[in-house]
Amino acid sequence: MNYSIIRYITGWVLKFEAAFLCLPALVGIIYHETDSISYFGTAAICLVLGVLLTLKKPTSRSLYSREGFVIVALCWTVMSLFGALPFVFSGDIPSYVDAFFETVSGFTTTGASILTDVEVLSHANLFWRSFTHWIGGMGVFVFILAITPLLGGSTMTLMKAESPGPSVDKLVPKLKDTSIILYGLYIFLTALLIIILIILGMPVFEAFCTGFGTTGTGGFGIKNDSIGSYSPAIQNTVTIFMIMSGINYSMFFILLRRKWKQVFSFEEVWWYLGIIAVTGGIIFSNIREMFPTAGEGLRHTFFQIGSVITTTGYSTTDFNRWPELSKSCLVLLMFIGACAGSTGGGIKVSRILILIKSIRKEIATIAHPNQVSKIRLNGHVIAEDTIRSTNAYMAIYFVMMSLSVLLLSIDGYDFTTNVTAVIASINNIGPGLESVGPFGNYAFFSPFSKIILIFNMLAGRLELLPMLVLFSPACWRKR
Amino acid sequence: MKIIIVGCGKVGYTLVEQLSAEGHNIIAIDENMEKLTAVTNNFDVIGIEGNGVSYEILKEADIKGTDLLIAVTGSDEHNLLCCMIAKKAGNCKTIARVRNPIYHNDVEYLKNEFGLAMIINPESALAQEMSQIVRFPFAQKIDSFANGHINLVHFRVDTDSVLVGRSLQDIRLSLKSQMLVCLVNRDGEVTIPRGEFVIQAGDVLGVVAERAKVNTYFKQLAISTTRAKDVIILGGGKTSYYLAKILLKNGQNVKIIEIDRERCEELCERLPKATIIHGDATDHNLLLQEGLEDADVVVSMTNLDEENILLSMFCQSNSNAKTITKVNRVNFSGILDQLSLDSVLYPRLITADYITKFVRSASNSLNNDVENFYKLAEGQAEALEFSVKDDSLVTGTALQQLRIRKNTLICCIYRDGQVIIPSGQDCIMPGDTVVIILKDYKINNLDEILER
Repeated sequence: MNYSIIRYITGWVLKFEAAFLCLPALVGIIYHETDSISYFGTAAICLVLGVLLTLKKPTSRSLYSREGFVIVALCWTVMSLFGALPFVFSGDIPSYVDAFFETVSGFTTTGASILTDVEVLSHANLFWRSFTHWIGGMGVFVFILAITPLLGGSTMTLMKAESPGPSVDKLVPKLKDTSIILYGLYIFLTALLIIILIILGMPVFEAFCTGFGTTGTGGFGIKNDSIGSYSPAIQNTVTIFMIMSGINYSMFFILLRRKWKQVFSFEEVWWYLGIIAVTGGIIFSNIREMFPTAGEGLRHTFFQIGSVITTTGYSTTDFNRWPELSKSCLVLLMFIGACAGSTGGGIKVSRILILIKSIRKEIATIAHPNQVSKIRLNGHVIAEDTIRSTNAYMAIYFVMMSLSVLLLSIDGYDFTTNVTAVIASINNIGPGLESVGPFGNYAFFSPFSKIILIFNMLAGRLELLPMLVLFSPACWRKR
Repeated sequence: MKIIIVGCGKVGYTLVEQLSAEGHNIIAIDENMEKLTAVTNNFDVIGIEGNGVSYEILKEADIKGTDLLIAVTGSDEHNLLCCMIAKKAGNCKTIARVRNPIYHNDVEYLKNEFGLAMIINPESALAQEMSQIVRFPFAQKIDSFANGHINLVHFRVDTDSVLVGRSLQDIRLSLKSQMLVCLVNRDGEVTIPRGEFVIQAGDVLGVVAERAKVNTYFKQLAISTTRAKDVIILGGGKTSYYLAKILLKNGQNVKIIEIDRERCEELCERLPKATIIHGDATDHNLLLQEGLEDADVVVSMTNLDEENILLSMFCQSNSNAKTITKVNRVNFSGILDQLSLDSVLYPRLITADYITKFVRSASNSLNNDVENFYKLAEGQAEALEFSVKDDSLVTGTALQQLRIRKNTLICCIYRDGQVIIPSGQDCIMPGDTVVIILKDYKINNLDEILER
């Protein structure tokens, strides 16, 4: 274990966080809010710590996969620990565990809130909540890799640990260029959405927050009824951008390069869009009578589907009151999640496809025991390693979920609430069903349950393994 | 530059390592997934699994936007075909590795007809390098510049050498010679020495001098410069064949010991003047019987690194012959230094250096081309040769007035057939050839040696 590089990179992440924290502070200044002080204060703490940690250059630059995993998991936790401070300092969220929950929920783009009334928050706090979504969406390390050469060498391990999906695809040979392209696309999408929202009549501040929450697939609303009170045009725009943010960013890249053949063989994205269309049909026919016009029904159907499958977590209506069939469909979508290489969470469409194809292969081997077959995805043969890690992922996923549900039951709330709270956390969605439904919140859970959910959110965002590696003694031992 | 490297074997891996460190955009292609993952895990490159000869695969690697394709798979024919397709599909520069001796004489024809930028034959390149060392047996390694007119000679200072304990200034004055110590490797640590630097026994010095006068200078240092007459080559592979051919042409006696009977017959047919011994090179009785003690140079070139190293150690203890050792795996080079073997050569580094040199000059947008390029002491320092063009910023000003970056040494200027070891008053003129040694930074253009 190379401790010095872990210390050094953690220091750099804190310096970056100090820079990020200045943005809400500036927002506070614009709106003449005293909260600016708590943001500048936290930024100063981060900066000082960051400078102290990076004062001494690492003794060795070797960065293998275990360091990569530990660094990513550790930095996300540390960032959330410090990102929670302004909420406590400003007094809006007095309990530190609550503030930590809120920040983790932000960075992991979950969007689950412990606040009963969002609208009383200051502009600075609202902005920070949404901005954590935006940073967490594409990833902190992707950002750092895009703008600094500080890590040099084999930084692939960091990208591997942070980016969602069963395997990492670089768009261009250099990691730095890949990061720049990813953030370029991300910034473009976000800016486009914000401009459209402003044109459609949303106030500028709200447009920024909603934009960050949408393209980051986060889901922190700035109103108590999330997106419900905005005009249908705004809701439809948000739907489209949510679904776009759930698409693998490689797709945008090959679209820009006009490689049509690759576009058509990009199975994952087509399945993703297909799943949206099919469940859309089912839910729409199921809830048709609840809304006065077909148009309104369609709008709400696709908004909720887009929100759930991309693991954003916005809502325009309380789907907790929808019929059981629709609710079950939505819960299934929560599991599936968005595409790999997008800003969304969940198991990821590509993993589901690999699983389905492995199942089909298993069945085929019973019929033809000597058959040799390979699993293909997006026109490429999937390596055995990837299939193995996908299976391992699923096993860990369900073990972690069951354990968390068990631990949550100590509080004594109903089963649906507990199960969907865990599902919504580990898949980074936000709202579940019953008490944690779209119009509910997570305030009532005990601090212990909140910590369990925090762990689930972080584990879900970082694809399970990095968080578990943190607790593996073998990984912390010297070489 | 955008570079495609087809084949991730020993040379491919080293190339990816060197070229990605130089900041190029690299796509590696290999059919073997394991070799490919080894490359993509360790370096910042993209890997594509597949056969690099296939047009489809090359298209996937974006051959149209590529500047250079390097084909270093195990098969010569694959490499040539790959380059031809790449040339047609993407009109990029291409480099192929062609190692079969059968094609050795076809190289120029192939290069011109197929439009290849370069054909590299690692064994032949290695043999060239070795023949240089055989020529100057006191040297560990010789890098040549300006079409061979200037030599950078690396040699180890023995305990009984007259150089021990003397400073460079002192030596320069007492020898009155046009020779410059431009590099010292002490226990693996490389420095560009100043005048007050004091030489210790065991240092490896890099000395720049005019080729024709190298022998004279070394005689002044009381180092034996007698030309090697009897060379024993242990192992009869491709490199041995090329080396024997060069040495025989120079009129030296060559004895090759090879274990495989058929190979012996083959060598015998192709090298009528050489003595071919069928036998096991690790049998020391055989070695002694074949005149190891009286040989001038022994080259260990069997297929096993360990065997080569042991053979060289055996030779050093049993005769005064200079040993040359071929080591395929580079990873242990740090340890090999401690064994104080005379010359150790790494074939894949030589190949990779050749190609890196080409890439350096090809990626240079300006005119001051890198003419020659050598990595010194495992890449800790570099020696480069530039031909100076009219618009260069370094011309016309006395060297002491130029603001030259730290760790830079202008060791030699070659002008109209004259070799000048420059002092502060000399200046570089357009049309000169300049040899520069640098440490800690890299350049593609001569102007980059100036402070910005």
